[in-house]
Amino acid sequence: MRWCEAPGFYVGHEVLERYGCRMADGLWITLKLVGISSSIGFVLALALALLRLRGPAPVRYAVAGYTTFFRGTPLLCQLFLIYYGLGTFRIFWQDVGLWWFFREPLYCCLLAFTINTAAYQAEILRGSLQALPRGQIEAGRALGLRPAAIFLTIEMPQALIIGLRPLGNELITMIKVSAIASLVTLFDLMGATRVAFARSFDLSIYLWAALIYLGLVEIIRRVWGLMETRLARHLAMR
Amino acid sequence: MEKYLTLLSYGDSGWGDELLQGALVTISIALATLPFGLVLGLGVALASRSRSRIVSSLATLYTTVFRGVPELLTLYIIYFGGQILIQKIWSGLGFSGSLSISPFLAGMVALGLVLAAFSSEVWVGALNAIPKGQREGAAALGLTRGQAFRLVVLPQLIRVALPGLGNNWMVLLKETSLVSVITLQDLMFIATRANVSTKEPFLFFSAALLIYLVFSMLSAWGIGRMEARANRGYAR
Repeated sequence: MRWCEAPGFYVGHEVLERYGCRMADGLWITLKLVGISSSIGFVLALALALLRLRGPAPVRYAVAGYTTFFRGTPLLCQLFLIYYGLGTFRIFWQDVGLWWFFREPLYCCLLAFTINTAAYQAEILRGSLQALPRGQIEAGRALGLRPAAIFLTIEMPQALIIGLRPLGNELITMIKVSAIASLVTLFDLMGATRVAFARSFDLSIYLWAALIYLGLVEIIRRVWGLMETRLARHLAMR
Repeated sequence: MEKYLTLLSYGDSGWGDELLQGALVTISIALATLPFGLVLGLGVALASRSRSRIVSSLATLYTTVFRGVPELLTLYIIYFGGQILIQKIWSGLGFSGSLSISPFLAGMVALGLVLAAFSSEVWVGALNAIPKGQREGAAALGLTRGQAFRLVVLPQLIRVALPGLGNNWMVLLKETSLVSVITLQDLMFIATRANVSTKEPFLFFSAALLIYLVFSMLSAWGIGRMEARANRGYAR
């Protein structure tokens, strides 16, 4: 017996035992999707937030348009536009040598999730950076620090304390919405569960999947709680 | 270019009227879900502040579950589970034949349960923001607890909760697109079907995105107006 069949075996759930390994593979895909898109999204978001706050006016407007668009429309629709819509320009992608990318549902999902979460994270970071008192930056200047040093050692640490909780909520949202990857033929946790249900007509398999998602969310909440204590340790006396 | 305009036109050759019909369904399900989810959310919020340990931990369990499970999964569970349940009741009553649950109803229930979980957090925050003196003042005036809640707390609650509830509405509006997977003929569903029959996914998903964007922007504007109105008695 493989390890992924064990949970189903021990609770005596035949369907869970039979599809346990598929669901474990699916869970791995879910984690990959969320992990990669959220981390690339964070880097993008940082750049976007800075451009939004300190870029020249046209860039600021462009970034504002970007966030409004991606936060104002359903991710499902964005994903379909990328996967089905961009997939129709096959000749063009082949010419520029990017067809391998747009052909794969996994890459399309990663792209859609990344640009979507970047928009949400950018707004969170912008809000956190804006919430810092001006005096912090001015004090940094008075100490003769270069702008990069001010940003890295004064602004970011404090902005992250403010933004940590909403960023954690965004990560949780990403785990949940990643379930739509199953709608573009990917076998993530949701996709694997759908297969199990379609073949067994046992509804309780969905409840098991729900339990796994709940577990993931709970782990993130715990980890975030620890990070919050660690980042705000100098403020602990409040 | 002309080909695309024809595809988006009103009438038999174009999908314009179908898309608008779908947009109407999107708005309908969002509007139908809203009161159900908000009222249930307020109930959950009140339950989580209950003095009874059991009631308050049930409320916590509720929000934990519905905030942690993917909406798509909730939707499937309600849709297929509801189907099985209805069928059981139907045959249990001695009727034969099969009954099916409408995607609109299943979508409304699923999205409403999720909205209730998220909005309850907003309600809790707003309830905490109402000073205790307000209730005490109401009690001193001889109002019952129910009257105090309805006449004193609730009107103030809405002002405080409005920004959060506005966010809940925007999320709900986008989440309705998921109901297309259980064949509710909303905007997303129509765009998918138009894609299948015309092989123009880029055009139709762009059109759908634009319509969603318009709805979001209109909502943001409307919520801003409502907030301004709710705050008119307060100096900024």
